[in-house]
Amino acid sequence: MRALLEWFNVPSTDRKRRGVSPWTYISLSIFAFLSVFPLYWLFVVASNSNEEISKIPPSLVPGKNFLKQLAAVNEAVPLGRALINTTLVSLAVAVFQVFFCTMAGYAYAKLAFPGKKSSLVVIIGTMMLPAQLGIVVLYLMMANYLNWINDFKALVVPAMVGAFGVFWMRQIIDAQVPNEIIEAAKIDGGKNFRIYRSVVVPIIMPSALVLGLFSFLGTWNDFLWPSLVLNDPNRFTVQVAVNQLNGTYTIDYALKMCGAFMATLPLLVLFIFVGKRLVTGIMDGAVKG
Amino acid sequence: MSITRKKKSLDPKHIDDKWGLAYVSPFFLIFGAFGLIPIVFTVYVSFFSWDPLAGHDFTGLQNFRWLFTDPYFYIAVRNTFSIFLISFVPQTILALVIAVKLANPKLKFKVFWRTVLLVPWVTSILSVAIIFSQIFGQDYGMVNVAMHYLGLSHVGIGPINWVGQTIPSHIAIASMIIYRNLGYASLIYLSSILSIPRDLYESAELDGASKRQQFFYVTIPQLKNTLIFMLIVGTIGGLQTFLEPLTYGGVQGGDSRQFSTLALYLYEQIIINNKFGYAAAIGVAITMITIVISGLNYVVTKRLSGGES
Repeated sequence: MRALLEWFNVPSTDRKRRGVSPWTYISLSIFAFLSVFPLYWLFVVASNSNEEISKIPPSLVPGKNFLKQLAAVNEAVPLGRALINTTLVSLAVAVFQVFFCTMAGYAYAKLAFPGKKSSLVVIIGTMMLPAQLGIVVLYLMMANYLNWINDFKALVVPAMVGAFGVFWMRQIIDAQVPNEIIEAAKIDGGKNFRIYRSVVVPIIMPSALVLGLFSFLGTWNDFLWPSLVLNDPNRFTVQVAVNQLNGTYTIDYALKMCGAFMATLPLLVLFIFVGKRLVTGIMDGAVKG
Repeated sequence: MSITRKKKSLDPKHIDDKWGLAYVSPFFLIFGAFGLIPIVFTVYVSFFSWDPLAGHDFTGLQNFRWLFTDPYFYIAVRNTFSIFLISFVPQTILALVIAVKLANPKLKFKVFWRTVLLVPWVTSILSVAIIFSQIFGQDYGMVNVAMHYLGLSHVGIGPINWVGQTIPSHIAIASMIIYRNLGYASLIYLSSILSIPRDLYESAELDGASKRQQFFYVTIPQLKNTLIFMLIVGTIGGLQTFLEPLTYGGVQGGDSRQFSTLALYLYEQIIINNKFGYAAAIGVAITMITIVISGLNYVVTKRLSGGES
């Protein structure tokens, strides 16, 4: 019980004398282990046969079947194609999001235009609505009017802008770009768009990149929308492809988890390079006290 | 917003009417066409019997009348709330515990802990749901096997049917949600804790407050806004839970709909039944529930904090 109470430790001046309690490291290690273990387990199942996993106790180390499973996955769905599709679509969304949201965020933070305040209220309002609300009509638009079923435009165009992105960029520009800098650039004879490009954009680049990363991850991992507008296997994104991996009679977990592993691996590799930046981005975006 | 800043933005030197519109218009066009119009028209479609192949008829409030007498709808409401509570409450407690640990200024390997806890968040919901479906499997799933080895079978707790039974299935789905969101929530709380003025703790300590008291009387009240924010964001997210139950037990959310959720029920209407009007009505219902709960959150938390001070 005492240990449990210790969990609610608060950093205090006391710490200066005692340092960090071992409980802190033990509990953090447990959470770190729990964060990583399911992904390790994903690879264990993906590289073993179903029999190895169904043993009691199950095998806890990777097996030798990974390439065999991968071939089976590829036979069921065009996984390589799906990975390329997903990469292209996610990159496109990320680039457009950064481009349009920083521009609109700049206007909301530093410029004037009619309807500025009321439109911002609407944007924030849509952030409170569930994503499923618009999806029914969006699908009908794609199917009946635009003919974008099985077209990547259906994935990219609606996702090119976002309420969150604009709102966030507005906050960032408001906080990080002082009016004085813009004024100084104007006095030096800078034209409006040039000021934006060569003064504002460099300052907010780190945050804009985090927005791009968020968009990339969100698009890569989205399932609901792509599963509605894609039914041609050659157009599948990787999430839709993995979802198709079902055994004939029972769930073939080795197969499914091999697909899921391949869908996750690129993000884990990316995370090695950008994880720190994501942490900073999330903490900067958090509401304070 | 401070008064000085307001003055600045009203200063004519900073106003550039010609250009503002040029910067926002691409956003307005795309957001209007693919964000706002679908939202408004979904409300319109909810008054129709709408089949993309068979056409549509205006039926007034018929969809909503059906909805309110539809037992599957109420099952979905119950499951959605049950899964939300079973995931949100433990997640918040654990995230606060982790955040307090991470906020310790003397903690070593800060960046490592923060980063490693965020790993699940980059994993897709689908992958998480597939992994946990396997872990919670009836016969060979790791949870049941571990329970067996811990000797629980000797005290009468046999292998649990994590899919077939209602509450166990909700726990399994909630664990997927917690797994993916815990690190993210911890970082948000950490960020807020780090912005609490240190002297509040110092004076609490001088007053003889124990660490536990400091947590409950300094940290928690200072985190009030963040907690409200996370509760609202969590409610919105919780009401959209869909892919976890879909992966766990198919589009009906289990054989007897024991873990069917509202968003999954909406998906079922589109994918299986082609009832777009009914799906739109479910979407409107999800939105109404979101708004009511967010309003309640707001009123209740305001009351509580008003009573305290």
